[in-house]
Amino acid sequence: MLADKDRIFTNLYGYQPWNVDAAMKRGDWDNTKALLELGQDKIIDVIKASGLRGRGGAGFPTGMKWSFMPKEPRPDRPSFLVINADESEPGSCKDREIIRHDPHKLIEGALVAGFAMRARAAYIYIRGEYIREAETLFAAVAEAYNRGFLGKNACGSGYDFDVFVHRGAGAYICGEETAMIESLEGKKGQPRLKPPFPAGAGLYGCPTTVNNVESIAVAPTILRRGAEWFSSFGRENNKGTKLFQISGHVDRPCVVEESMSISFRELIEKHCGGIRGGWDNLLAVIPGGSSVPLVPAAEIMDAPMDFDGLKAVGSGLGTAAVIVMDKSTDIVRAISRLSYFYKHESCGQCTPCREGTGWMWRVMERMRTGDADVAEIDTLFQVTKQVEGHTICALGDAAAWPIQGLIRHFRPEMERRIRERKGETGGNAPMMEAAE
Amino acid sequence: MPKVKVDGVEIEVPQGATVLQACELAGKEIPRFCYHERLSIAGNCRMCLVEVKPGPPKPQASCALPAADNQEIFTTTPMVKAAREGVMEFLLINHPLDCPICDQGGECDLQDQSMAYGKGHSRYDENKRAVTEKYMGPIVKTVMTRCIQCTRCVRFAEEVAGVEEIGAIYRGENMQITSYLEQAVSSELSGNVVDLCPVGALTSKPYAFEARPWELKKTLAIDVMDAVGTNIRLDSRGRQVLRCVPRINDEVNEEWASDKTRHAIDGLVRRRLDRPFVRRDGKLVPATWDEAFAAIRDVNAGSSVAAIAGDLVDCETMFAAKALLAKMGSSLIEGRQTGMDYDTSSLAAVNFNTTIAGVEKADAILLIGTNLRWEAPLVNTRIRKAIKKGAKVFAIGPETDLTYKVEWLGADLSALGNLPEAVTELFGKAARPMVIVGGAALKGAHGASLKLVDQFNLVRTLEDGSAWNGYNVVHMAAARMGGLMLGYAQKGGIADVVSAAPKLAFFLGADEVDFAKFGSSFKVFVGHHGDKGAHHADVILPGATFAEKSGTWVNLEGRVQRGDRAVFAPGDARDDWTIFRALSEVLGQTLPFDTLEELRAAMAAEVPALGKVGLVTFDWAAPSLNATASGTLEGYPIKDFYLTNAICRASPTMQRCSAELVHGETYAEAAE
Repeated sequence: MLADKDRIFTNLYGYQPWNVDAAMKRGDWDNTKALLELGQDKIIDVIKASGLRGRGGAGFPTGMKWSFMPKEPRPDRPSFLVINADESEPGSCKDREIIRHDPHKLIEGALVAGFAMRARAAYIYIRGEYIREAETLFAAVAEAYNRGFLGKNACGSGYDFDVFVHRGAGAYICGEETAMIESLEGKKGQPRLKPPFPAGAGLYGCPTTVNNVESIAVAPTILRRGAEWFSSFGRENNKGTKLFQISGHVDRPCVVEESMSISFRELIEKHCGGIRGGWDNLLAVIPGGSSVPLVPAAEIMDAPMDFDGLKAVGSGLGTAAVIVMDKSTDIVRAISRLSYFYKHESCGQCTPCREGTGWMWRVMERMRTGDADVAEIDTLFQVTKQVEGHTICALGDAAAWPIQGLIRHFRPEMERRIRERKGETGGNAPMMEAAE
Repeated sequence: MPKVKVDGVEIEVPQGATVLQACELAGKEIPRFCYHERLSIAGNCRMCLVEVKPGPPKPQASCALPAADNQEIFTTTPMVKAAREGVMEFLLINHPLDCPICDQGGECDLQDQSMAYGKGHSRYDENKRAVTEKYMGPIVKTVMTRCIQCTRCVRFAEEVAGVEEIGAIYRGENMQITSYLEQAVSSELSGNVVDLCPVGALTSKPYAFEARPWELKKTLAIDVMDAVGTNIRLDSRGRQVLRCVPRINDEVNEEWASDKTRHAIDGLVRRRLDRPFVRRDGKLVPATWDEAFAAIRDVNAGSSVAAIAGDLVDCETMFAAKALLAKMGSSLIEGRQTGMDYDTSSLAAVNFNTTIAGVEKADAILLIGTNLRWEAPLVNTRIRKAIKKGAKVFAIGPETDLTYKVEWLGADLSALGNLPEAVTELFGKAARPMVIVGGAALKGAHGASLKLVDQFNLVRTLEDGSAWNGYNVVHMAAARMGGLMLGYAQKGGIADVVSAAPKLAFFLGADEVDFAKFGSSFKVFVGHHGDKGAHHADVILPGATFAEKSGTWVNLEGRVQRGDRAVFAPGDARDDWTIFRALSEVLGQTLPFDTLEELRAAMAAEVPALGKVGLVTFDWAAPSLNATASGTLEGYPIKDFYLTNAICRASPTMQRCSAELVHGETYAEAAE
């Protein structure tokens, strides 16, 4: 279990005020100038050495991402940092806690990261539904400007850096990095084709890096405490601490900062008071937010909670939004509800996702009631395969994976429903002829 | 030049080519819906997926992927086949099965590609999506349930037409294409979205339920609605032209056509003159050809004869009339009906010298008294392209929306003598500057605009050694350049003809003339529509429209083009040149050609440039004219884009466009 002294987010639960004075007492904005004086390359080297992988779900090494930005931005083509606070993934609620109670960690991180990638400004794109959080963030940014931490000569470093907060309008797809850039530009939030990647042509056609809130917020602390400290947590290739968000059928759902690679059992026992009704009552877990396939109880119990450990059980860490489901769960209905979510949030730009998500949801609804044919399970699986990997962005994959996970692990349950609905004969009853 | 392997065949592709283009170069067909050569890449239909190595282990959208050295592209692997079948199945699950009542049937990309790349059956048992119809104006009919959201129309409106009025609303499977607030699309190019639409979602409203493509005879022709000379294909069945669509010609119209070009054709069967008429006791009464010819002979005009050419006539007609007049001893021929009298001693000084395609290369543009959007819509789109490449546009004239950013310098022509520093500075350093003079300015500022040629060195040799001529005049009549080449221009314009008071005057489809000034002349109207010219005529000789004769037209840049006959003229109407040939015999001045070929040979002997299809280059020479310009332009010559000539005025579609798009009338649609 992570020691309190090793926690990065020391005000995660809001026991102290979020404002700049309280934040400075917690160590934020403590001689940030010195951090910047390390120099751009050194900062990126430290982040690389720390082994920090992007906390938004894909797990791309953060230091490497920063290093893709141009070393000498042209004056007519400044670089930008875009911070993804459009946290809309069902199950995820970590960025919300950071912005609510520790916004200065994020803002300081924005300055440090923006400086390291030679960006002119950072845009924080915050989810539209986060109304109070946005208010906090606006106020915190204003505080930082008032103290001279941002703006011209930020923190006395001689570097000019601005932070803008932009509110979304409630579209899940705007959490995709290029859709977010489109939305920031005032267009319909639809992902762009890649290449060109944002590091080459992003916001307003300028080099841009899009990072998750958590990836940015941990950066100053890593620089202060050193890459070795951060990389002392977790397994090889899965270093650091991570905010886990456990929801569902546990005694005490919570958001908690823990060391990467902690086992699922330990995470639940230490922080959540165990599974509701005991470990035998565990049915399945969606370990990384709605986009990753579920993992049945037996496989997840002792799996290490990190990128590689969950990949090994056919799922992924995602945003570490752990959705725990006990045996009272109607698992088909749960996945069907997720299918509805993806159908509702598909942007409609490219064909497989636009047409496929609706199809998958409709079949899932029939699977839920059993009003289907056993052969349709295979059809459904093929449809998910037709969507997966054929779309512009990853929303198609995200819509396909939960269903694939369900079919992989709970096919007997689906078949049982279909059989029950058709009667015990298993569908061999004589066909009814219309009397006419 | 990257080298790639397509299905094992190594080829070299141009720098910047996409994988899709590489496949096409290798002779492989790649199915696509959203990709279009002349629009930006959307990559959203996912039909063009191919397998690429090196790359991720999933199919890639070839339209958006740059071809790179040592790439291996596979278009026939099971992965590609499965991907295409999958996308095709998705496209079809919500596409209605209404091909039998769909106007796109027979020329539908979705039909064709589902036959070639689809699975042949569907596994989708749920209900299909239905989408409410949208209103897009008098030209475009919508059946939005058929839409496959390829967004070609959206991109066309934004990028080519320059009106951001078509877009997508809602998301996911509820995404719908619509026009802004469901109003008519206020573009004179809106009809092109019908061609672009790969399915039957956007079809032609006037052509709805008229014909199937395989029933139509296709004739290659040249459009006469403006002086651009759009290359068109006339689709006819029996004796009627049912449809007009653009042909691809990158030098002229790319693959676009204005709405007037496309949809004025329903005027070809209305208000037609289908028999000769002779005025007796002040009234026009039907007559035979012999009676009509006799009436003309009885004028005994001697050499007191003139010919006024209208805006739509072909060179052959003008040449035949000119030849007859020459035999009779007159050279009173004029084509500028409305009284223009600009100097024509140098044709280069009244030509669009940069060429239409050349506009794209310009980096500084000055418009003088021209509303290009209405005078030559397809030149206007080229200016949009030039701007995209960095050109800057200034304009003198009343402010109007040209669909791009223009710096207006006021409507006072005297500004030409005293251009602001911003203009002189830009033109001073521009590599390919161009000036475009419109009809409104030609009257008072021809000389002043020619002075700019020296001031800004508009005629120059470029760095790469090619010649650049940045002086351009925009004409609005399809007959104009041909007429000028044939000498249809008097020094004082039509006023010279009026003052000569000819006993006999031929009007070749000329409807815009001030006929009151010809009160003493015996007026013979040779034309096809019962418009203003026919009303004032003493004898009407029914002729053929552009669709009903083979003819030669010269467009505003001096490009000689020939169109073919699509259908025959109605009733007793005849090819115009044969009318003059027959009349010449009655007048005892028999013309020396009996066939179109003989006529063309005679015409080529007189004006060699007209004997060869292609661009004529006029050697640059500027006449010395009064170089001071003054006076404020009150407006542009075209007051109503949709009603500029007799054919449009007879067309119900154009009338409705005019009422709705120019005069703002609203049409209530029956609820049914």
